[in-house]
Amino acid sequence: MTEHTQHVIRVFDEELSRLRTNVLEMGGLVESQILAATNAYHTGEIDVVAEIVATDRTVNHYELVIDDECTHVIAKRQPAAFDLRLVMGIGKIVTDLERMGDEAKKIAKGARRIHERGQTALPRGAADVRHLASTTVTMLRQALDAFARLDTAAALEVIRADDEVDVAFKAIIRQLITFMMEDPRTISTAMDIIWIARAVERIGDHAKNVAEQVIYIAEGRDIRHPPKEKKE
Amino acid sequence: MMPVDQNILNLTSQISIRNLNFYYGKALALKNINLDIYKGKVTAFIGPSGCGKSTLLRTINRMYDLYPGQRAEGELLIEGTNILDKGVDTIALRAKVGMVFQKPTPFPMSIYENIAFGVRMHEKLSRSQMDDRIEWALTKAALWDEVKDKLNQQGTGLSGGQQQRLCIARGVAVKPSVLLLDEPTSALDPISTMRIEELIHELKSEFTIAIVTHNMQQAARVSDYTAYMYLGELVEFGKTDDVFIKPRDKRTEDYITGRMG
Repeated sequence: MTEHTQHVIRVFDEELSRLRTNVLEMGGLVESQILAATNAYHTGEIDVVAEIVATDRTVNHYELVIDDECTHVIAKRQPAAFDLRLVMGIGKIVTDLERMGDEAKKIAKGARRIHERGQTALPRGAADVRHLASTTVTMLRQALDAFARLDTAAALEVIRADDEVDVAFKAIIRQLITFMMEDPRTISTAMDIIWIARAVERIGDHAKNVAEQVIYIAEGRDIRHPPKEKKE
Repeated sequence: MMPVDQNILNLTSQISIRNLNFYYGKALALKNINLDIYKGKVTAFIGPSGCGKSTLLRTINRMYDLYPGQRAEGELLIEGTNILDKGVDTIALRAKVGMVFQKPTPFPMSIYENIAFGVRMHEKLSRSQMDDRIEWALTKAALWDEVKDKLNQQGTGLSGGQQQRLCIARGVAVKPSVLLLDEPTSALDPISTMRIEELIHELKSEFTIAIVTHNMQQAARVSDYTAYMYLGELVEFGKTDDVFIKPRDKRTEDYITGRMG
């Protein structure tokens, strides 16, 4: 990615740079939400759940602000080429970030249900979503880094990592199904864990979408929905 | 040198420009231009002032012949004929390759005569045939409804946008195959500009159009192909959608995104 020189209209540079900063801030918030939510699930420290829910309102607000800024840039500047791809890409990225925030909220609420219920017939350490969660949080962080640096190689790594997430998610589901068949008393908690694992897995999908947009922004290649499994 | 866009290989070339150099006296204004202008398509030429885009347009109908010291070298093939050759009948050429300028240039005569004037130079038509031709040309230029009841009034009495459409009507009246538009809307208000742009869209089913414009959004709106020129060189040529979304050359990118190169 070659560095872009300044626009003749300086304020246009400022507008685009503010957009990028806002996306990164929003992404940072979402990342902290996910970390806090998965942590709450593992530790049972569910006091933070209210905070996570509150943060989600800020994330939603970012989405509105960034969308509005994109509309303004299009209306006022008629962006072309890289600028156009940046604005269009950001418009899609914020949707994914906002949904990741919603997933974080689901994880937090699921954690609260599980820990408020207290007793579980599930053995301790069963259905550990830590590995899954750390993989998806890394994906998000990498996708945001790739966005900040317009680094397509890093974006491709994120896309590849999503396969790993899908495998780990399926393993958790298989494990939980086994427990539920063995002992029906585990069902309600196991279901909550499935919802949590599902939310974590969805976060990986959204991170992958962000990475795909980074490639579009940087290179103008739309790699979504490839005819075969290959993405190079 | 530019890579060839694979999508354009199955189009018919109306004008083939090969190794074209153009001189103003000793100054080289166009440097080894190679380009095809496709039949029934709109090709836009964009680039900063002095990049050679108007010079290139003026070469296509040999407007430069009117000025001493200007000359072109290379090939500019229209239907197999190199129109840069000495023996070429420039009057016939300009009937085949019409041109509309930045400022509307109606003749100081009636609307009817503005159009009939050029037609008479090339064809002998009866009065009724001429009437039909005038109506046809004005209809093509989307001006008929506005002027049909005042064909004997002065062309100069029309509004700027109408005058420009009158000039386009005059251009198409001699049934050219190519229309050259040199910044046709830069002196017009936004609504008149949109009318001309709509007209360009209508006309391309019958004419091949080459347009020079300083307004990049206009190039994006009206053209099928875009050529970006810089310092007398053709930097990039391709489908307009590609040029405006994913240009290949950084100089094109800088220009269309409004960056300082």
